[in-house]
Amino acid sequence: MKTLVPVKRVVDYNVKIRVKPDGTGVELANVKMSMNPFDEISVEEALRLKEAGKAEEVVVVSIGPAKAEETLRTALAMGADRAVLVETDDAVEPLAVAKILKGVAEAEKPGLIIVGKQAIDDDSNQTGQMLAALLGTAQATFASKIEIGDGKATVTREVDGGLQTIEIKLPAVVTTDLRLNEPRYASLPNIMKAKKKPLDKKSPADFGVSTEPRLKVLKTEEPSGRKAGVKVKSVAELVEKLKTEAGVL
Amino acid sequence: MAILLLADHDNATLSDQSGKALTAASQIGGDVHVLVAGKGAKAAADAAAKLAGVSKVLLAESDELANNLAEPLSDLIVSLAGSYDTIIAAATSTGKNVLPRVAALLDVAQISEIIEVVSADIFKRPIYAGNAIQTVQATDAKKVITVRTASFSPASQGPSAVVEDISTTAFSSLLATFVADAISSSDRPELSSAKIIISGGRALGSSEKFKEVMLPVADKLGAAVGASRAAVDAGYAPNDWQIGQTGKVVAPQLYIACGISGAIQHLAGMKDSKIIVAINKDEEAPIFQVADYGLVGDLFEVLPELQKAL
Repeated sequence: MKTLVPVKRVVDYNVKIRVKPDGTGVELANVKMSMNPFDEISVEEALRLKEAGKAEEVVVVSIGPAKAEETLRTALAMGADRAVLVETDDAVEPLAVAKILKGVAEAEKPGLIIVGKQAIDDDSNQTGQMLAALLGTAQATFASKIEIGDGKATVTREVDGGLQTIEIKLPAVVTTDLRLNEPRYASLPNIMKAKKKPLDKKSPADFGVSTEPRLKVLKTEEPSGRKAGVKVKSVAELVEKLKTEAGVL
Repeated sequence: MAILLLADHDNATLSDQSGKALTAASQIGGDVHVLVAGKGAKAAADAAAKLAGVSKVLLAESDELANNLAEPLSDLIVSLAGSYDTIIAAATSTGKNVLPRVAALLDVAQISEIIEVVSADIFKRPIYAGNAIQTVQATDAKKVITVRTASFSPASQGPSAVVEDISTTAFSSLLATFVADAISSSDRPELSSAKIIISGGRALGSSEKFKEVMLPVADKLGAAVGASRAAVDAGYAPNDWQIGQTGKVVAPQLYIACGISGAIQHLAGMKDSKIIVAINKDEEAPIFQVADYGLVGDLFEVLPELQKAL
């Protein structure tokens, strides 16, 4: 079985982003970029399936600017076998991403597609579900455990009230949640080796997909801020303030 | 045209998050029909019918729909979509699972986790863990929307709407089957609707300590219990307690953060709370920058003292 893992280049999770003063977006110049943390978990899971003999080849794909190659090289350094870069400078919405990924999946024919549940930039949480819809396959979102069986997978999902376990027919799309695994770091020799691993370049047009946005972004602004309040000296003072000043007790 | 609201329920009861999503739907404007899909879900449908602003409840019952699986549920919604120009749901684990699938099947964009309805096709939504707010305008003929319920008040009770049975057995081959639920049961309020939340971080040190120190205070306050990602990852608290960018987003009257440093990902899940209290040993912890009341101290001393003082 082949696994396909989409990865996205996003602003590093440690960066406190700044909104551009003219309201046109978020400042991305000279900001540290990394692989979306949920995609690292996806890559790790694919590698573990391969190491456990459940999958043979791990193919990673990214849709984004030329620099997204760095993100793909990171995945290759973790241990992925091959990469596909679908190069575009457009901001691609989840629906168009899913359409491009459908094209990649039809060419690669993976048994399992492992997608991060959400990218930490646009926080959409859509791509995996949309991809499953377009491919007509099952979806198992927010996975905290994946067990591969014969032509099927048993997936434990993190849901609002606790956990839900479902069985899905393969091929299928699984989206990863935080507790699925802890991603490895790439070793220096593997980073060197990754530079020579194959990386194919494509464009959205190769898959006949338009990246024309469906949502018009009218404005991007700072959230209304919260100011630091006061420090209290004791529990008694805290309870007193919550009762009389805040009126919440 | 009308709006279709996908109800969040467990067949027996309707989640109060649907009542908040209904408020968002009513602000968009138009007749709101609520879809209750499940099995033995009449009680949930009746509860939905009593919410103000609902003009009709559609009740679809079958074995396939019993467990909120995305595939049959989205097929059902798509089969109804012709009569609606907006399909909306609370951004619960069910709404987030199902609606993007619906959107892709309809070939339209989804607008995730709206926090404000500006007009019938313009919405505000948070990006970058709530560190920026985007105003977006939908251009598709149909809108598929999930609602961040912490930003909307619950709909009130109204005159009873009619419940129409639309049960069907016409589902394509089963792609997924339900195996088991491990739903935590508790007498405490739910995080999404609690007026008071007490939340613990990695400083609690162990699952035993978390229970021993946090739960008595929670019980005294009648509070729900939350946790930071660090505490959940370390196994001190179950996953459904996690508050933050990718966990639950809450906005209670009172949020008490205990031993939580205040990473931006955690703040994203609680900074709309009315009053925030931070208890932390480290007086430089970022959580104090958003707290209305900060108490610098060892939570293993402060929390037992707080329990006695309440």
